Amino acid sequence: MTPTPKQQGLIKASLFILALLPVVRLFVAAFTDQLGANPLEFITRNTGDWTLYFLCITLAVTPLRRLFNLAWLLKLRRMLGLFGFFYAALHFLTFLWFDHFFDVAEMLKDVIKRPFILVGFVAFLLLLPLALTSTNKMIKRVGAKRWQLLHRLIYVIASLGVLHYFWMKAGKHDFAQPTLFGAIVAVLLLMRVFWAIQKRVREQRLVTNPS
Amino acid sequence: MLIKRQSDQLILPSEITPRELVESRRQFIRQIAIGAVGGAGLIDMASREAFAQGTGRRKLTATTNSNFVVMDNKTSYKDATTYNNYYEFGTSKSDPAQTAGSLKTSPWLVSIEGEVNKPQKLDLDSLMKIAPLEERIYRQRCVEGWSMVIPWIGFSLSNLIKKVEPNGNAKYVEFTTLADKAQMPGLSEDVLNWPYVEGLRMDEAMHPLALLTFGMYGEVLPNQNGAPLRIALPWKYGFKSAKSIVKIRFTSTQPKTAWNMAAPREYGFYSNVNPDVDHPRWSQAMERRIGEDGFFARKRKTLMFNGYSDVASLYSGMDLRKYF
Repeated sequence: MTPTPKQQGLIKASLFILALLPVVRLFVAAFTDQLGANPLEFITRNTGDWTLYFLCITLAVTPLRRLFNLAWLLKLRRMLGLFGFFYAALHFLTFLWFDHFFDVAEMLKDVIKRPFILVGFVAFLLLLPLALTSTNKMIKRVGAKRWQLLHRLIYVIASLGVLHYFWMKAGKHDFAQPTLFGAIVAVLLLMRVFWAIQKRVREQRLVTNPS
Repeated sequence: MLIKRQSDQLILPSEITPRELVESRRQFIRQIAIGAVGGAGLIDMASREAFAQGTGRRKLTATTNSNFVVMDNKTSYKDATTYNNYYEFGTSKSDPAQTAGSLKTSPWLVSIEGEVNKPQKLDLDSLMKIAPLEERIYRQRCVEGWSMVIPWIGFSLSNLIKKVEPNGNAKYVEFTTLADKAQMPGLSEDVLNWPYVEGLRMDEAMHPLALLTFGMYGEVLPNQNGAPLRIALPWKYGFKSAKSIVKIRFTSTQPKTAWNMAAPREYGFYSNVNPDVDHPRWSQAMERRIGEDGFFARKRKTLMFNGYSDVASLYSGMDLRKYF
């Protein structure tokens, strides 16, 4: 059961609005003093949480597509991925602003010194070429095959994101949530591994049994 | 030894943000909010303070000891009681305020044991009578990089120590926090070894700054702040200031303190506030003062021993990088 193009448009628009809610809520809560005693910590953490959520949601598109035969879901993936980039950029901005007051040199010193920040910084840098090549024009320029290879970087980015979160929480000996995210990302990636192996096995069978 | 006025010389009066400026910054943010969100939900500063007064907690009378008062602005009661690290009640900062209602603070017995001539069990009333209650305004610096300024109520721990007469074998004092699964939902998590244990070297425990603490902001301690009895050690990272104490034991060997056992490379036995010795995962050179350092102000420099240079003599000759 595929939604009509009009329905797909509606779904996409609704998702767009929903995806903006976290940042809208942050703005409102910030200015009405509802973020608790340490609002900057809250904002930094919350934007990081939503980056991970959107990375996981984006990674879930293909498995859902394949498991439930919902080819049209692919049309949502770019938007979801870009929202992941959006929250990652906000998360990075809160770090640069609240922790280092826009002193880029100081920030870079911090990046090199602290492994968990280095990992997060690398993950963010890797997101940049993905965001920049997200437009139709860029897909054509890069070429389908190279674009697909480049965008496989999301597997690395999501893994680095989980590691970043894990190392950050490790300092407080609080592993429950990072482990949960790690499990989710692992499942989403292992499904792809499984399908890749499945595909190779099928192709080998065809080669040996051309009937 | 005369105790110098603890209003630290390192903080110049000119550096303290004038209250009007802090308020005007908050006002500025609120004005933006009016534009951005059509005036919805303004929170009045005065009403936040009024909230604090209606707590229904027992008041404690105490005389301010001006030798132990810093010039920094006090943290708001609301912030001090809703932003807490008290893992026995959950690992989130907002958890303790929400779940610590289950803590039963009466009756409460503290067992004094170990290398003392007079081991005993004392209830709160007996403990409070040992010395006159003082109000002291201490800085409190969390190892995570944020800090507050709290008006504690208590008296120097040394008063209790002298009363119980530690013997020649007593080199350290160990504090144990309550660990009752029935009252503390966070105990089911394995984040730390329970019960929570902290400790001091004997000379640290005898230092006048070490405060046996019964209250804050003119009242008994709220549960989430370590009711009914805790210690306050302003020159050390906050996790050293054990909460809800049920046992004080004098030992000849260094206590196995909770965070040191959990992550020995990151949390040392001494854990003196030291901007020159970084935590492995983050720098300790700066801190964010809750309620002050915000959107438009950079973090502030952390001071050696949190500004309490008076304790430096306890550590002369010690390599503070090695004994962090």
